[in-house]
Amino acid sequence: MGTMRWIAGGIFLALLVLLPRELKPYGIFLMSNWVLFCVVAMGLNLTLGYAGQISIAQAGFLGVGAYTTAILTTRFGWDFWLTLPVATGLSFLLGLIVGFPALRVQHHYLAFVTLGFNILIYLVFRNEDWLTGGAFGIFDIPRPGFLGVDMRDPLSFYYLCLVFAALMFAAAWWIVRSPWGRAFAALRENPVRAASLGVDIRTYTLLAFAIGSAFAGLTGAFYASLLEFIDPYPFALEYSLSFLLMVISGGSATLIGPIVGAGMVLLLPEWLRFAKDYYLLIYALLVMVLMAFCPEGMVGLWRRMVAAIGRRRARAPTERPT
Amino acid sequence: MALRARRTLVMIEALQLLISGVSTGAIYALAAIGFVLLWQTTGTINFAQGEFVMLPSIIMLAFVLHGGLPLWVAFAVTLVVSGLLLGVAFKVLVVQPMIRHGVLPLVIATIALGIFMREGAKEFFSNEAQPFPMPVPYVVLELGGVTVTSHHLFCLAVAVVLVLALQWFLGGTRTGRSMQAVAQNAQAAEILGIDVKRMVMLTFLVNAALVTVAAILVTPVYLAKWDNGEAIGLTAFIAAIVGGFNQVRGAVLGGVLVGVLENFSAYYISTEYRTAFPLILLILVIMFRPYGLLGRPEERTV
Repeated sequence: MGTMRWIAGGIFLALLVLLPRELKPYGIFLMSNWVLFCVVAMGLNLTLGYAGQISIAQAGFLGVGAYTTAILTTRFGWDFWLTLPVATGLSFLLGLIVGFPALRVQHHYLAFVTLGFNILIYLVFRNEDWLTGGAFGIFDIPRPGFLGVDMRDPLSFYYLCLVFAALMFAAAWWIVRSPWGRAFAALRENPVRAASLGVDIRTYTLLAFAIGSAFAGLTGAFYASLLEFIDPYPFALEYSLSFLLMVISGGSATLIGPIVGAGMVLLLPEWLRFAKDYYLLIYALLVMVLMAFCPEGMVGLWRRMVAAIGRRRARAPTERPT
Repeated sequence: MALRARRTLVMIEALQLLISGVSTGAIYALAAIGFVLLWQTTGTINFAQGEFVMLPSIIMLAFVLHGGLPLWVAFAVTLVVSGLLLGVAFKVLVVQPMIRHGVLPLVIATIALGIFMREGAKEFFSNEAQPFPMPVPYVVLELGGVTVTSHHLFCLAVAVVLVLALQWFLGGTRTGRSMQAVAQNAQAAEILGIDVKRMVMLTFLVNAALVTVAAILVTPVYLAKWDNGEAIGLTAFIAAIVGGFNQVRGAVLGGVLVGVLENFSAYYISTEYRTAFPLILLILVIMFRPYGLLGRPEERTV
């Protein structure tokens, strides 16, 4: 199983590197968008999947990062790389603030508060023209260079996004395996027990939100640069719901779940384009079917299949003598 | 003298805003009550509640435009259609298969259902806002300088009658009390010999009826459009939580409060942020009184 996993990972990585070379610019754009959204979903997965805190504000956090970079680069002429710590810091801070209600309420109440925050963030993006350009948005966001290498063409920018996503995947992997990750899981499974074992619930609840948000905010910087133009709409509530869907449909509390989920949520509508105007209808229907039959997501479905095959193999030899 | 005239003008303005706010708030309350009832009996958080108001309005309008039916006949037919689609089909096809997986999958499923209904209405009806007939003749009345439309009064009257009837039904009849028992503790209710399945189905039907009534009241003002549900749904669940997630009375208070708040803040503070004020109220209520203004803490399901 272990080697199989490494081989599968290697093939997947090779595909990620080689496939875009064969794609048209729109395909490359979609792939870039996908690897970035993987990171956003990974962040939400830390908050929701590992720490068990429902957050429906992830698109808002993404927007905070995106607007930070957009404003600093276009208005103040900052270098893209210098905006990254600011975008990360601001979204981390905002995540802390949004996390505060989680200290008092849980479950659906938390869903509503975070959802409320997302709409508030969106309203600020749309209405504060002096800062965000309002409904018209911000144009001409530059793409970064790296050590003198020009990154403006779609393919090299895609590779930049890929490297970024790989680093963030490693970070998520590290967090999950660190004492922090174990504290998050304790928080999710039984907060009272976690507290009695000496886990500082307050700190870890807030951290779960802040880290998840920082993942999104940092990605926002790259996202703004990818689009080269941002307006408030990609950061509206419905996109937070999309990120939620990515985590759940992929498989929450698994490392590859968000990657699978982001692929499904982002690419499925593209593949359904043959259905023209009906594609969203079909898409919504598919989501409902998935939730009805496989609420633990694609990774859960895969595990169930593997388990079923394993059971059949285990049974086979004992049946032969009779 | 001029000052006094100005002061009366301000008073009249405020009164007018209050009346129209209460009247739209009453409609929000209807959607919010349905939302609360579903939550109580089955733990369903219906993220498509706004679309549940939008769809009957579209169906009703289709009967009027394409079927040539008078509005009230169309309303009666739509009531039946809503009962089948938003009551029975919603319960059997969406809620029942998913509720045992926990809250989150169902949340996602109702979000998807909302998208499905929105896109369906856009594809198969119209992607533009359509005018919707007034249920009662439109008359502007003037009472001591305050103008009130017949529609506002009608909304208010219908909502009051409906809420009172519902309160009487839930508290005064055997079936209604059984429904409440199921809402509070389904297992205990089952042991006491209450037909839990029937009561749950009844709740879904009541919700379907409430949203249909809300549809005929709200659409003449909002116009019939496929994306109406977003604003209505959001307001309905803000109203539900602000008032108290486990109370019909709470949903009424929440609805009226949100309606009035929206009106006043849009007029006196900022139109752009009119949706922000109910949200801030929502966040404050959840932070400091999570069980809502009228809710009881011991019923909190956290």
